[in-house]
Amino acid sequence: MAHAYTPGLKVTANSIVKKERRLPIKGKVLVKVGDEVTASNIVATTSLPGNVEPLNLAGKLGVPPSDIREYLVKTEGDSLEEGEIIAKTRGLFGLFKTVIKSPIKGTLENISDITGQLILRAPPKKVEIDAYIDGKVVEVIENEGVVIETVATFVQGIFGIGGEAKGVIKKIASSPDDVISTDMIKKEHEGKILIGGSFVDSNTLKQAAKYGVSGIVVGGIDDQDLRNFLGYDIGVAITGSEDIGVTLVITEGFGKMNMAERTFELLCAQDGKKASINGATQIRAGVLRPEIVIPLPGEKPEEIEQESKGLEIGYPIRVIREPHFGAMGKVSELPPELQQIETEAKVRILGVELEDGSKIALPRANVEMIEE
Amino acid sequence: MGNKEINAILATDCGSTTTKAILIEKKNGEYRLVVRGEAPTTVEAPFEDVTKGVLNAIREVEELADKEILAGEKIITPRVGERKGVDLYISTSSAGGGLQMMVAGVVKTMTAESAARAALGAGAIVMETIASNDGRLTYEKIELIRKLRPDMILLSGGIDGGTVKHVVELAEIIGAADPKPRFGTGYNLPVIYAGNKDAQDSIKENLEKKTDLSIVDNLRPLLEMENLEPARREIHDLFMEHVMAHAPGYKKLMNWTKVPIMPTPGAVGLLIKTIAENEKIQVIGVDIGGATTDIFSVFQKIFNRTVSANLGMSYSISNVLVEAGVENIMRWVPFKVDRKYLRNMIKNKMIRPTTIPQTLKGLQLEQAIAREALRLAFVQHKSMAVGLKGIQQERTISDAFSQSATGASLVDMMHLDLVVGSGGALSHAPRRNQAAFMVIDGFLPEGVTRLAVDSIFMMPQLGVLSTVNEKAATEVFDKDCLIRLGTCIAPVGNGKEGRPCVTVSLEDKKIEVNYRDMVLIPLSVGEKKEVIITPTKSFDVGAGKGKQLKTLVDGGIVGLIIDARGRPFELPEDNSKRIELLTRWNNALAIYPEKM
Repeated sequence: MAHAYTPGLKVTANSIVKKERRLPIKGKVLVKVGDEVTASNIVATTSLPGNVEPLNLAGKLGVPPSDIREYLVKTEGDSLEEGEIIAKTRGLFGLFKTVIKSPIKGTLENISDITGQLILRAPPKKVEIDAYIDGKVVEVIENEGVVIETVATFVQGIFGIGGEAKGVIKKIASSPDDVISTDMIKKEHEGKILIGGSFVDSNTLKQAAKYGVSGIVVGGIDDQDLRNFLGYDIGVAITGSEDIGVTLVITEGFGKMNMAERTFELLCAQDGKKASINGATQIRAGVLRPEIVIPLPGEKPEEIEQESKGLEIGYPIRVIREPHFGAMGKVSELPPELQQIETEAKVRILGVELEDGSKIALPRANVEMIEE
Repeated sequence: MGNKEINAILATDCGSTTTKAILIEKKNGEYRLVVRGEAPTTVEAPFEDVTKGVLNAIREVEELADKEILAGEKIITPRVGERKGVDLYISTSSAGGGLQMMVAGVVKTMTAESAARAALGAGAIVMETIASNDGRLTYEKIELIRKLRPDMILLSGGIDGGTVKHVVELAEIIGAADPKPRFGTGYNLPVIYAGNKDAQDSIKENLEKKTDLSIVDNLRPLLEMENLEPARREIHDLFMEHVMAHAPGYKKLMNWTKVPIMPTPGAVGLLIKTIAENEKIQVIGVDIGGATTDIFSVFQKIFNRTVSANLGMSYSISNVLVEAGVENIMRWVPFKVDRKYLRNMIKNKMIRPTTIPQTLKGLQLEQAIAREALRLAFVQHKSMAVGLKGIQQERTISDAFSQSATGASLVDMMHLDLVVGSGGALSHAPRRNQAAFMVIDGFLPEGVTRLAVDSIFMMPQLGVLSTVNEKAATEVFDKDCLIRLGTCIAPVGNGKEGRPCVTVSLEDKKIEVNYRDMVLIPLSVGEKKEVIITPTKSFDVGAGKGKQLKTLVDGGIVGLIIDARGRPFELPEDNSKRIELLTRWNNALAIYPEKM
């Protein structure tokens, strides 16, 4: 492939961030273009069809399915209160009547003469979506949702768990290689998004969840700790729906990994500011990465997003596989021909000048561009 | 379509990450692969148009072959002279997650299982199987159907003329769930009914208004009979009409080709079936991808396909760890490895799926994981590729002794003739010996078995080509696609290490192999030699314990592999003994560079 490279994660100080907020099914949009919203404002709402409750009427009455209509006092489409009579038998001389009551409030949706089953449906459930970030409504997707825009510091992580959360940024590590330990998580961190260094373990995460910390951003975590914290192994990287009390965003990878200096500095510079965080990660198709958005109200964007052109000499890169995992450098050479590496595979390589001045050659697939 | 005028064929396969294009031309009366190009698939944002990736892949073909195939965004057909256009364009697709189906049947081990086989055979991923007797309560089934957003549902149940109540109940459940299709809300979900014909009217009543219902012949008309083809054909038609037509850019792509676009695994399956039919052999095909592992088999002329949706080498690599367990992966690694390191390495590959092993140790770890992915996918395949369950069997005295139950697996390793491997881990292994060894460890063939790999993964394109021009598909498959690795001889039985296991006589050579040893004998591609295989009394190579077998073996890039490690195969639990054995076998088969 002509452009074999991995686009990097976005780490920007001051750029335009747009977030689409869409309902799962069509509904009502509550705001209009130009409205200023805060992260917790409800922007759209809808009703999901209620749960279904089957009722085996023929079985309960002890009659053939084809006869159930004779005993029904309600018909398809009728609304029902919980405990309201749906069907009854006449009994013997008015005695020994069997009465079937509705187990739920809702409507009678379907009557089957073949299976003798009734389908009851509970009232619709209300679903609301909030703005997620402070900003301005720039687009209304009719009956479906909105697009919110803001100028913000925007940092993408490589992997996360836990869904959307909001909080104030609080730096707790003094350098990108600091390990976050249990004693660094305090009661006053409730509702905060904590910025750590290189590593967090499961006990520290449990402590954070206990104190109601909104989110933790850190360089790395051991897979075993992630398992200990979640109680299960993550098989496929589709996350975001975990109910764990705290949202975690890993910026570098698995293991103890220093947070990239620039990421650390950008996040720490916003200490005390309100932010939104989301751990949702989906690597296959669509590539959803976890993120931290720190709106900067009133500021003008300095960085204009440019489409990645691919690798070029002089571009900053990060090594994303062993050996040299995590090392940063600049592209120094891009030989076009395939070269044999230690595994004997013939691959496209690139030359990299690392930050310490040493030069190495790597498969192009094993570096990612640092997008600024 | 007459084959006479077809001299240049362009075929594409739109995979979930890469779109591959191949150009086939007829030269000196023979169809051969000319070049192959590839480009990233463009189904997802920001492109959301599959044809962009197709055009990029074709442009690479144009450059490499120095030909003009495109006029703007149109494929030039038919060919004009030697350098312009092609006579035929065909395509397969698994982009956008492939074809995702839910199946439902009355009895879990009977109609529901038949329905799953029909869907898998058509190239679908079966997201969930629902049965009247699956142990779920009705509301749980409804919840489940609502949560899944399949591309299609296949409903079956009841033999023709049997009871209708249960299958109608399933239809009511589907109706109550009111499922929505995966791609948007602008159309109704396709539901295929292939059950008891007496229930057709009631099914219509329940589902016709809520879904896009189509009715085909019962896939289990009698208890003793499966009739999967009508359902499979309908799945293919609906895949084109509904799923593909709603995926970004496919309407355009469908207009470019007169031949229906096939789901990628459906096309590979067709090719495997064709090989088995033409050569009258029992075949296993495997495609180990980044997200899924597909296995195809033909035993006793019965075709089966399974897809292990979450066993793969990049996106799903972490799930291999979850399902196999750390111990099972570590047992294949020929050096001491720290458990924590291995877990982190696997997760790092999951989050950065496009990286490749750069060190030999990294490669060995990935190949250890591939062995487990193959093994687990094969376990699933064996449990699905079974005879019909719940039917009466006529038994002879000898059957009564063997106590074979109905629904026994059709997969019979001793009678397996050929294994064809494909997918990155096998097709792109730096040494072909590594591919051969991974296939042997993953599948554990018994007796005499030929091994091959797909050179550059073009089986999907050749599969769909076989529907319109079998000659071209066969010739290219034979000459350019299939790389013959050689033959594996693996005696069944166990003995004592260091004691004789088998003797193989080849021409004037006599090779004695001890139990737990492996030997590689050079035998080149195209060579076919007669061998006499004499196992010792506890071992069987196909003729019975201790019985001699005279047979022909095929050579290949790797050669003739004698695997005397025994079947069932077990690795010692003692770590240093295990590492010593793995190293010995790796050296015997020249798996890795000598410095290891």
